[in-house]
Amino acid sequence: MSIYEILFWFLTIMAISSALGVILSRNPITSVLFLIVTFFAISGHYILLNAQFLAIVNIIVYAGAIMVLFLFVIMLMNLNADVEPQKGRLLQLAGVIAGGVLFLVILAALKSATVLPLEKTSSDIGLIKNLGRVLFTQFVLPFEISSVLFLSAMIGAIVIGKKEETKNPLTP
Amino acid sequence: MGIGLLHILFVSIALFFIGVYGFLTRRNMITMLMSIELILNSININFIAFNKFLYSDKLDGLFFTVFIITIAAAEAAVAIAIIINLYRNYKSIDIEDADTMKY
Repeated sequence: MSIYEILFWFLTIMAISSALGVILSRNPITSVLFLIVTFFAISGHYILLNAQFLAIVNIIVYAGAIMVLFLFVIMLMNLNADVEPQKGRLLQLAGVIAGGVLFLVILAALKSATVLPLEKTSSDIGLIKNLGRVLFTQFVLPFEISSVLFLSAMIGAIVIGKKEETKNPLTP
Repeated sequence: MGIGLLHILFVSIALFFIGVYGFLTRRNMITMLMSIELILNSININFIAFNKFLYSDKLDGLFFTVFIITIAAAEAAVAIAIIINLYRNYKSIDIEDADTMKY
């Protein structure tokens, strides 16, 4: 086994087991911490797939920003999390069937697929120099539109999350 | 036996359906949102794997992933604002308690 395969299987086991931890743990804070471990494992997969810049972006955006947001919200709400009741048996069975059957179908479809051999290319295609050059020429329109998306999401989050001062502005 | 495209697709499928199962069975809204993040990340792995194994001289898959991360960040911010608003009105984040529009 080469070092590549050892790293691949280690990251795979880490990702899947911590993803199961996200789903199965009762406490939301434990779920968030497991999810951070999952994101680090996924970033490791990105590095193995020659996407170094995306691995860093994934850690910064997900583990750095989104997960901190989740943790703050969970701590602000002061959840008494240990008593979260579960959905009924029937709905859990439905979840297993809905997830598992499609999983099996796609897995069976993958088994009969033919895989093209990997052609050797340079491993620095995911570095920030190449990405930036393409991002500001070929993908400049979606890049600019995403700034509008962020602005609208920011305004929307502020408007929705704002505390209403008075229910009816006519009555003092 | 080297690590091929199929192994990476298996990881992504497993993460995707763990996310689907969590989305269907949990009642806590924050955990459901975390399941959605898990699903989005499994899709990102797919895009990068296909980009490397099929079109390794192009960068389109990487840019799809960049924009998916962008949209996921915006979506998480808006969804958390909605959850905070629901928590103010119903005093819980159980998905079963937000049933005003159900009847």
